[in-house]
Amino acid sequence: MKVGLPKGLYYYYCQKWVYFFNELNVEVISYDTNKEIIELGNNSANSEMCLSMKIFLGHINYLQDKCDYILIPNLHYDKKNQMCANFNCLYDLVSNFFKVKLLTFDNKKEIKNYLKVGKELGFKSKQIKKAYKIATIKYNKTFKKLKLENMNKLNSINKKILLVGHSYNIRDKYLNEVIDLFKKFNIEIIYSDLFDDDYYFYLSKELYWKYSKINVSSVAYCKEQVDGIVFFTTFPCGLDSLVNELLMRKIDKPYLNLVIDDLDSLAGMETRIESFVDIIEQD
Amino acid sequence: MGDYYVPAKYLLNKIVDAEILVAPFITAKTIELGSKYSPEFVCTPFKYTLGTMIESLDNGANILIQFGGGCRYGYYSELQEQILKDLGYKFELLNLITNGKANIKRIYKMIKRIDKNFNVFKGLYYFFITIKMVKYMDKIDDYIRKNIGFEINKSSFSNLKKEMLEKFASVNNPFSLYILYKKYFKRFKKIKINKSKNCLKVGIIGELYTLMEPFSNYYLERELAKFNIELKRFTNVTYLLLKYKKVNKKALKKSKEYMKYQFSADASSNVYWTKYLCDKKYDGIIHIKSSFCTPEIGVMPILDKIANEKNVPMIHFSFDSNTSEVGIKTRLEAFYDMIEMRRK
Repeated sequence: MKVGLPKGLYYYYCQKWVYFFNELNVEVISYDTNKEIIELGNNSANSEMCLSMKIFLGHINYLQDKCDYILIPNLHYDKKNQMCANFNCLYDLVSNFFKVKLLTFDNKKEIKNYLKVGKELGFKSKQIKKAYKIATIKYNKTFKKLKLENMNKLNSINKKILLVGHSYNIRDKYLNEVIDLFKKFNIEIIYSDLFDDDYYFYLSKELYWKYSKINVSSVAYCKEQVDGIVFFTTFPCGLDSLVNELLMRKIDKPYLNLVIDDLDSLAGMETRIESFVDIIEQD
Repeated sequence: MGDYYVPAKYLLNKIVDAEILVAPFITAKTIELGSKYSPEFVCTPFKYTLGTMIESLDNGANILIQFGGGCRYGYYSELQEQILKDLGYKFELLNLITNGKANIKRIYKMIKRIDKNFNVFKGLYYFFITIKMVKYMDKIDDYIRKNIGFEINKSSFSNLKKEMLEKFASVNNPFSLYILYKKYFKRFKKIKINKSKNCLKVGIIGELYTLMEPFSNYYLERELAKFNIELKRFTNVTYLLLKYKKVNKKALKKSKEYMKYQFSADASSNVYWTKYLCDKKYDGIIHIKSSFCTPEIGVMPILDKIANEKNVPMIHFSFDSNTSEVGIKTRLEAFYDMIEMRRK
């Protein structure tokens, strides 16, 4: 049995599912983003959708005849922890336009989601519960390790920058070409999505987006310790248009706002990044 | 937003002892001001409201009131406050709805701060009248929208509406409001119209701000009325305040084949309304939104699919602060020609 997990949008919030499927010996199929996928996405998406959404639809297009099922959850939390509006229409967009079998769950209680999807794949509840437990342990272990590594970078002697962006942008292999440009300098990159959302209150009181809270609290936590902040956004991201603008007005560190539409030429980005690094290193 | 400043001003005038400045009508200058200080790809209502805020602050206001809402609306106020403070204005911004909920305790504290002699019962009483007023206004607007395209004497509808709104503003109890409403409804019905039974019918759906603020959709409804079309619009303040949850639940039930989960903001009701309009054999559907409106963009392909399956023409308008008016007129004319040809 093959289950497709498109590497876009919710993939980075559903990492536990990968462990879960592995535990049940279900083959998980997902590809890294490449030029072909982006082109497929451009063709099947509405022209006004954001680049991350286009990438997601490209993945679905690419996966649809390569697997038996595709997992599309409907992530939503309470009113104080909302998701971007795009996340709520993914399932219906795909079910209306693609002829693939879909696995889905409504975000209520975690174990219930796993039971629902597992039973649909034909497993017994005992198996599912066991796999869920192991997946949780494995996931927590790796996530903790990543978090620690990320925090340890704050103590390094090198110049440090904080990369602020959503997981589905800063972890995407194709968009990462831009971030790789930083790596030739001797600079530590601290990722904003590996923080807790405890500190957002210091910068923004009315914020109600779950994953923007994490970004904002990362800025609030380490704005004194880093040398510069890089905002990494796809065009036209609804949440970042407001949240990043507010952050830019409230911080007094050097910052760089990278908005990515189509990655046709990296030359322009390269110049901007180089001059930004120059500014940091002069301090 | 549209004519709704009348009940809003009425309510504030009655319950607090402060001078109320109605925001000036939106002009090209407002938009220019708003987009100058707005972030790059924020949705258009942000620019409009920011522009209006700057203009009212210049006129001497020192307390601004903003409604939050679903999607991005709820977060507007915090950023707008920051932008205006960076510009050097001194004021207080009251956000009535936070986290998608109206917090009554907070609102009460805010009003208490403005006016120390505020009486709760008096406030509730006038709030009740205001809600009634909005309801009546929406009912009359529905009637006007149906018939304004067929009026014989030009602007007889809009003149009567102006008169009605003036009378509404001086009402003191719900009974006299009701009598006024009945009286004016009769007068509206007496206005001579030349309407044939099988006239063209068009439904308008879309994002709420662009629908309700006539300037932001370049007076689309007025333009449409010139073509002798009967219009139907669902979104109004009554829907937003009282019926929102009910309609959304109904939408999920009635259009199961197109959606399984609820979308944010008005998107799921738009799916339902599209299906409703198609089933009622409307001649065309116009979908309008401000550019970069995320919920609507996500749902647009589904709307297209429904219209395609039911064989009803549908046109999308996306309004930005610098959309050209002529382009919209041309597209509207072409759309009108098309639905008229289909009739024949």
